Amino acid sequence: MSTDLKVLKPPAPNFVSTRNPCKLCAPLGASLVMRGIEGGVPFLHGSQGCATYMRRYIISHFREPMDIAASGFSEASTIFGGGPNLMQGLSNVTEQYKPSLIGIATTCLTETIGEDVRQILHGYRESREGANAPELVHVSTPSYSGTHLDGFHAAVRSTVEQLAVAPASAIPCSENVNLFPGMLSPADFRHLKEIVADFNLPLTLFPDYSETLDSPVLEHYAKIPAGGTPIARLRAVASSSASIEFGRALRAKTTAASFLQERFGVKAHRIGVPIGVRETDAFFSVLSAISGQDTPEAYTLERGRLLDSYVDGHKYVFGKRALVFGNEDVVIGLASLLSEIGVVPVLCTAGGKSAGFASSIAEVTADCIEPVVARDGLDFMTMGEMARDLKLDFLIGSSKGAALSRELGVPLIRVDFPIHDRIGGQRILHVGYRGAQQLFDLVVNTVLERKQDSSPVGYSYM
Amino acid sequence: MADILRERSKQVYRKGQEAFQLDCEKPSAAGSVSQRACVFCGSRVVLYPIADALHVVHGPIGCASYTWDIRGALSSGPQIHRLSFSTDLQELDVIQGGEKKLYAALCELIDAHKPKAAFIYATCIVGVIGDDVEAVCKKVSQEKDIPVLPVHSEGFKGTKKDGYRAACDALYKLIGTGNTDSVTPMSINILGDFNLAGEIWTIKEYYRKMGVEVVSCITGDGRVDEIRRAHGAALNVVQCSGSMTHLARSLQERWGTPFIQVSYFGIEDMSQALYDVARFFKNDEIMARAQNLVRNELQHIMPEIASYRKKLQGAKAAIYVGGAFKAFSLVRALRHLGMTTVMVGSQTGNREDYELLRELCDEGTIIVDDSNPLELSSFLQEKDVDVFIGGVKERPIAYKLGIGFCDHNHERKEALAGFKGMLNFAREVYSSVASPVWKLMPRRRADFGENSISEVAG
Repeated sequence: MSTDLKVLKPPAPNFVSTRNPCKLCAPLGASLVMRGIEGGVPFLHGSQGCATYMRRYIISHFREPMDIAASGFSEASTIFGGGPNLMQGLSNVTEQYKPSLIGIATTCLTETIGEDVRQILHGYRESREGANAPELVHVSTPSYSGTHLDGFHAAVRSTVEQLAVAPASAIPCSENVNLFPGMLSPADFRHLKEIVADFNLPLTLFPDYSETLDSPVLEHYAKIPAGGTPIARLRAVASSSASIEFGRALRAKTTAASFLQERFGVKAHRIGVPIGVRETDAFFSVLSAISGQDTPEAYTLERGRLLDSYVDGHKYVFGKRALVFGNEDVVIGLASLLSEIGVVPVLCTAGGKSAGFASSIAEVTADCIEPVVARDGLDFMTMGEMARDLKLDFLIGSSKGAALSRELGVPLIRVDFPIHDRIGGQRILHVGYRGAQQLFDLVVNTVLERKQDSSPVGYSYM
Repeated sequence: MADILRERSKQVYRKGQEAFQLDCEKPSAAGSVSQRACVFCGSRVVLYPIADALHVVHGPIGCASYTWDIRGALSSGPQIHRLSFSTDLQELDVIQGGEKKLYAALCELIDAHKPKAAFIYATCIVGVIGDDVEAVCKKVSQEKDIPVLPVHSEGFKGTKKDGYRAACDALYKLIGTGNTDSVTPMSINILGDFNLAGEIWTIKEYYRKMGVEVVSCITGDGRVDEIRRAHGAALNVVQCSGSMTHLARSLQERWGTPFIQVSYFGIEDMSQALYDVARFFKNDEIMARAQNLVRNELQHIMPEIASYRKKLQGAKAAIYVGGAFKAFSLVRALRHLGMTTVMVGSQTGNREDYELLRELCDEGTIIVDDSNPLELSSFLQEKDVDVFIGGVKERPIAYKLGIGFCDHNHERKEALAGFKGMLNFAREVYSSVASPVWKLMPRRRADFGENSISEVAG
């Protein structure tokens, strides 16, 4: 035990530079959110390259068209301001796409030169009055502050702040529930909608790119793919009976849900991303409390089968050691799942920084038989340096861990975002009992496969 | 028909219908969702394959994240180029300036990785916050005794082409600093091949067989010390003219090295490249070896190519690529496979490029400059295309419509250059067109209905 503890004392990362980053910039997260609004087109106020790079990155994961417009800054705009470019860009997007909404995110360049986007949009709206103009929302996403995950949460909050209409009376006037799930997969979003519908609760899921970034093959190209959170529902979020938001690491941050609670008295339930049995139980009990209904039988059965498989597989994974990396919210969820099945997530890391990260990891891994180290703001090279002596059995996180997995000779279980070296990233289900079942099978089978592959005998019964 | 933005109407041309006049080389229309990237992208893709150099992105994190290990550019030795380094500027750095951070980052990374040179990419905000990157590079260069070269690649300062230029300027500073005593008279530099999927190894082998020495590869499988002696070569052979002609011109002015433009893609262009080099040296033996090489290679690949040609006869292709030079080769190579090009476009072509494309293409072909997803999708539908050739950003446009697609961009993992590459290309086009999945797609619904399997009888 004492030697293990010594091993677990990771060297302090002492590099000034970021080496093989485990994060992206804030406007990428905002673009995903804007893509999750019905009739929405994401728009970046900045250089053309920002939009193109983020499109390429997102396309490679979802394998779907992802149009992000840009104001296309030039040298002149940097000196004289990008207002004219922004307005011209909005007009062109309106003409070409006929969107219901354009979601404008800033970039490091426009933030550094101090563009007043709010003011420019105000002027633009006035000049277009009467015309059939799309709704405009904007979010400040300087890339030098926070990560794509912060950009994602900021875009959710800003959109809600700008679209929510005060309800006619102080009492919640609808049964509706708001759900702010954070950055999950289309498969997750579809499953969440199914679960809430089975509690007979009307739902506003925001964002919702379950269809816009995972759509059927088409006969005729859709300028803007069908699906997304309807704008009318976003306007009505302040009239909902409650909000649920996922993300333990969000503590102390102003979010869409906390804004709606403070401003309009919509009760906010903040829970972890429902990954694994315990975190999913918490989600179901919130839904039970809001709806006054018990968990539907189909889910009780799903949960029962999941626990049954935990029994079947517990021996294979007990005491195995994992490195978890990625987005704070998902990493905490994965750590919770791993610790409830007996795997020790010896090093839990995130590229971004969240005040609640370390304490959340400590909470969800309290039962672990060995100490767990939580570190946020980490890059892959530092992670690798810390992991070298950790005797890992597997890594779990996005495909950006592939190089590290190769270097360490330890398998990588691909989840979360981005998945750039396999297909099906959009179909990975993380949440609910069903998601836990898929993840559990994946974890156990990875461990078994490794054991079989490295065995001189190669047993065909395991 | 496509909804084409008014300000873009002169950037689309249909051969045969109107007098040829295509607008190009202008900034992308704001909000048009151009497929173009930025200055930084241009610099980064050109310098990326130099494998023993350190590449440090100075700026906030995004630009480094999006370019980590993205090119299929292989190295036969060091792999430093496949790592992603950034100064990851934070709010405080933006206020106080990033010079100190850049200095510290460079020192630690050079100590840790021992590169032969370092390229420092200045991204959008670096100039705005007033960092003197030049001064920091100079200081580090003196202290660490390696070339530390600033690349002025602020994204907004033009287009990808300006980024190529910035990369060429950095390379230019490196060239001429090495010893050329051992360089032979029959020698060349390969410019503008990036060793995607090992292509430059194939090309180098051709030149070796001809008896021509390759002094340096700029930049595929590139090495700093080789590049430093590039001025010793007798000829610069330039592929990807959009990115490298600037460097070739500068070298001609400074060192008097002549250059020729070639393409290694497709049978005609590949053979032509070898003959042009042989012709330059006015050496019968080299020419004889080149002819021999071409004959042998063709004998080897032609039977299989002919079999694909039979199956691909009459299939329709669309092309959208970064530089127009690549499009010329593609049109010719597709014709070789019995296919017609019904749409062709590029991000950065110039007037001469498009004039040449017009001459090359059949009546009715759509020629487009700096297109966008909405236009491209409408062209694919209008022309009922069988296979679309482009890069990652074009792929989902084709796939969403249930249309075949071939990647011809810098991220691909298939070697398409050389004679072997032509065979790979033919195989890939064939497997893209012949896959049975297209028969199930909505746009082939009519065919599907006729051929679908009904209930088992009786």
